Amino acid sequence: MTLLQADNLNLSFGGLQVLHDISFSVDDGEIFAIIGPNGAGKTSILNCLGGFYLQDHGTIRLDGQDISSLSPDRRAAMGMARTFQNIALFRGMTVLDNIKLGAHSYLQTGLLAAAFYWGSAHREEMRLRAEIEDKIIDFLEIEHIRKQPVSALAYGLQKRVELARALAMRPRVLLMDEPVAGMNAEETEDMARFILDIQEEWGITIIIIEHDIHMVMDISNRVMVVNFGQEITTGTPESVQSHPEVIKAYLGTKQAVAAGNS
Amino acid sequence: MNIFLILLTSGIAVGGIYALIALGFVLIYKATSIINFATGEFMMIGAYIFYTFTVMLGWPAIPAFIMVMAGAALLGMLVEFSILRHMLGQPTISIVMVTIGLSSILTGFAEIIWSSDFKSFPPLFPRSPIILGDVIIRSNLFWGFVVAMVTVALFAVFFKYSKIGIAMRATAGDQMASYSMGINVRTMFTTAWALGAIAASLGGLIIGNIGGVQPNLGSIGLKIFPVVILGGLDSIGGAVLGGFIVGILENIAGGYLDPYFNGGVKDVVPFIILVVILMVKPYGLFGRREIERL
Repeated sequence: MTLLQADNLNLSFGGLQVLHDISFSVDDGEIFAIIGPNGAGKTSILNCLGGFYLQDHGTIRLDGQDISSLSPDRRAAMGMARTFQNIALFRGMTVLDNIKLGAHSYLQTGLLAAAFYWGSAHREEMRLRAEIEDKIIDFLEIEHIRKQPVSALAYGLQKRVELARALAMRPRVLLMDEPVAGMNAEETEDMARFILDIQEEWGITIIIIEHDIHMVMDISNRVMVVNFGQEITTGTPESVQSHPEVIKAYLGTKQAVAAGNS
Repeated sequence: MNIFLILLTSGIAVGGIYALIALGFVLIYKATSIINFATGEFMMIGAYIFYTFTVMLGWPAIPAFIMVMAGAALLGMLVEFSILRHMLGQPTISIVMVTIGLSSILTGFAEIIWSSDFKSFPPLFPRSPIILGDVIIRSNLFWGFVVAMVTVALFAVFFKYSKIGIAMRATAGDQMASYSMGINVRTMFTTAWALGAIAASLGGLIIGNIGGVQPNLGSIGLKIFPVVILGGLDSIGGAVLGGFIVGILENIAGGYLDPYFNGGVKDVVPFIILVVILMVKPYGLFGRREIERL
């Protein structure tokens, strides 16, 4: 079943065409990766999906509903979460506060109660906190740092907190912009495991942009390759890897791939 | 009676009121990164609203007080919605010029509506001075200080614990991340303007109650600049501390030095502090340094 569908996305900044007729659909529960060289338009695609860029034309559907012109916060409320390439945590707040903010969008309380933190808002908050502590913090193994300010944490841990915050939104789709960029091998492996577990245990659909080609090929169900704002091919990791255009545009020569795999 | 103690006490009282007005700057700057040069005029409008309801319409003080807050919130939202929202993405200098222009417009409106005559409020508090041990303090100043501190405390609690307060802090921290958390960032901007205007207008009400109202009451707003620069433009705690430091220093300096300089020291000291702070600690005592990993 298709959960997210993008049709003919076109985006340009001034005279520069960043995206050219990008179309793809992501199935419910799938890990869908978008790869391509620097400047290929990957992050632009993610920004269009999230509502940060408004495409010149083209439509985006979430669960059949046209969300093409909704604002980012409305899309978040509909179940779209996001992690960023440059970590976008709220500095000066603790890990727990950051995670709690993730639950902001689906807390159903009136404005007045929300403003004054009374009654049902308070109870909901308490219930939510317990739930978050039990599940997400446990799951991502960040129990030991939950009271710490995020700015004091190591890079890999900050990335994990950002992921926890996104999960606290209970998203249907999770957009991840380079989740393992700048991580060492061990951290990368941990993150790959978390992503697979999120898919498996939580049933969340994941759209991922990543430069670490081995990790992408390992965990993705399907991969879309873009270059110069255009789709080159989409398919299983195996079929994509052997696509001649991909080898030429992205992976370099055939020998280099063979060397990389050995 | 100890002259130092008297100067210190009135300095603290004035400082508390400065802190409230400084909050008017900080709330708006924190969320929107706009320095509102019309903060002083928001004060002035607040004072006039109170004057209108108490003197012209004969309302009791408490409902008039509520009307000041409602009117200020409305003014703040109107300014954000009709002017500053459309300035998004413009250079800082243009936005600053807009708020300076706005301050002139508000002053002009005040003259048209209320004339440039000096007005004063009906007495709100008992006239007899407050005696605290050795120190005697004017009742308007004392009660003004109390109201200012209660308001500042309420704002602090609101920001720390309420959901909207937390969402506003998040917006101040990272707009893109806030959007992706489902926070309506534009609504937060409007809210920040409303709250900033409320803080400023209550400050204006207190100042008006002490010294009367006239259209250029807002010029006191300029004196608050040293306070916010000292405390750091985006720090609520800094605004409070900055308010006290400036209030105390200007009172003590004025008290001791005025006899040698034909007066006026009080009005100069805050700006001397401003210049020194900008040279030594340009982000203030608690301000956020704008360093970003790219």
